[in-house]
Amino acid sequence: MAVGAYWKKKRMKTIVCVKQVPARDSTVRLSSDKKWLDETDVTFEMNEPDAYALEEALQLRDKAGGEVVVLSVGPPRVTSTIREALAKGADRAIHIDSGSEPPLDASGTAQLIAAALKTESPELVLTGLQSDDAGYGQTGVILAEYLGFCHATIVMEVSIGEGSVRVKRELEDGWFQHVTMPLPAVLTIQSGIKKLRYATLMGIKKAKTKEVRTIPASDLKIERNGGLTITSVNAPQRNKQTQLFTGPARDVAKQLVEKLKFEARVI
Amino acid sequence: MSVLVILEQRGGKWNRMSFETMAAAGKIAKEMGAEIEAAVVGADVQALAEDASRYEAQKVYAVAHPLLAEYTPDGMTAALEQLIRAVRPQLVLFPHSYQVRDYAPKLATRFGKALASDAIDVRVADGQVRFTRQLFQGKLNAEVQAAGEPQFASVQAGAFRAAQPGAGAHTVETFTPNLEPSQIRSQPEEPFRETQRAVDLSAAETIVSVGRGIKDKDSMPVVEALAEVLGAELAASRPICDNGWLPMERQVGSSGQTVSPKVYFAVGISGAIQHLVGMKGSKTVVAINKDESAPIFEMADYGVVGDLFEVVPALVEEIKKAKA
Repeated sequence: MAVGAYWKKKRMKTIVCVKQVPARDSTVRLSSDKKWLDETDVTFEMNEPDAYALEEALQLRDKAGGEVVVLSVGPPRVTSTIREALAKGADRAIHIDSGSEPPLDASGTAQLIAAALKTESPELVLTGLQSDDAGYGQTGVILAEYLGFCHATIVMEVSIGEGSVRVKRELEDGWFQHVTMPLPAVLTIQSGIKKLRYATLMGIKKAKTKEVRTIPASDLKIERNGGLTITSVNAPQRNKQTQLFTGPARDVAKQLVEKLKFEARVI
Repeated sequence: MSVLVILEQRGGKWNRMSFETMAAAGKIAKEMGAEIEAAVVGADVQALAEDASRYEAQKVYAVAHPLLAEYTPDGMTAALEQLIRAVRPQLVLFPHSYQVRDYAPKLATRFGKALASDAIDVRVADGQVRFTRQLFQGKLNAEVQAAGEPQFASVQAGAFRAAQPGAGAHTVETFTPNLEPSQIRSQPEEPFRETQRAVDLSAAETIVSVGRGIKDKDSMPVVEALAEVLGAELAASRPICDNGWLPMERQVGSSGQTVSPKVYFAVGISGAIQHLVGMKGSKTVVAINKDESAPIFEMADYGVVGDLFEVVPALVEEIKKAKA
């Protein structure tokens, strides 16, 4: 096929931006300054939408060839997530080490990534559509603007052409749309679009020998103004008066049915 | 304070979130005295701008150009950048729609600013506008403040009750941006729907909805039994449909159906906002989840903190007894 031959010669480079976030079922407690969460006792994992971005990148490489470079911004702990991506099959990694600095907003993060990618010139940059922690849902779009690349968000399918990419985007209320754009491009990937692979034992072993380039964030010398500042963090107030039941299953079931029958009158 | 509200339309029809955003602007106007203006963007938006002029905004800009007939991030960003530079608002408010997620971060970046995305509330404190955003999938709320002007923020679906039109009409002004075909790099195709919906969950009186807490396809009979004893429709959050454990047409949430049954059982659903927007119109919500801090409990009238694999079978037995 023509496209295959094109990419065999060209060697497509895909950057996948992954974030390490608190595991979904973590109990979150406020930090003492009430500006973020208390990270003691929190387990961290790869942001789920980013795991799908990585899977898409690996599948594209398996078809068209080339290289997948995983990139993560964060403190030294994020190397465990980088290793996981390498074990799943990414070829090498870039870690932008933010040291002990508090997390940046999406525009600060995108500025760091754009600065680190100056010497990389990728054809594709993939990332998840949003993070499970701050949930800005913006890093990919801002990154495209800083790099001067085209972009598409909430992407369900990716097909690579010669110098272009056609994607299926999700719109609201069950609508979809195909969009074609020239490469290079940034795509933000929707969760659940492919089955995620597991790292194999061989993959984990190989990952140990793969290149991880660490760049201190301070070396990238980004200028920060016009960013967002978190002034306070609070536990949300309940909109509704929730009646909570805990205890042995049989007892709570009895209490709940009582309420549903005589109070809510729905049974 | 001057606020510019960006209204959203597709194919000449309003996105209903547009007037929720107008209501958020109204709240700021009430708290600190603000001038509200609005804008609608497309190839021919005169009629929509006239319609929007019945609301709170003192002026509505019909931002029109043939190259804006179909949405593209390049076209939208260029057009709104020109409007904002001409009108010079101090705050630009958007509905947090899928379209806004696609271009508003790019637009704010053009001004060297950050977007306070997906805000659930706005308030004025010490003469500054502050936005409330959710963190960790709704487990915590953060208040954020943007530096400098203009500020940019998008408002979450359902966070505000939609504004209502007033008696008179305000001014409509046409704004024609300078756009060249070469500025628009992406080529969108016609939007489409994948399947005709065979199941209309919006009419269901009782819904049993299942989330990733069910863990395994083989465990689905646990919730099927509850749906059966209640005579309920079975529904699910997105991950369940992505896994193919239930068909896509039974998905509730922003990318699925919006439902408002008399009673909604959320079983093993943590309550990500994308799911909550699809079910928050339910009259009574029952949540069963092992994580006490799951956001679904914010929505629930009755919450059971426990293992669904123990609670649901016990509940089925008790309902059978109650109905006997």
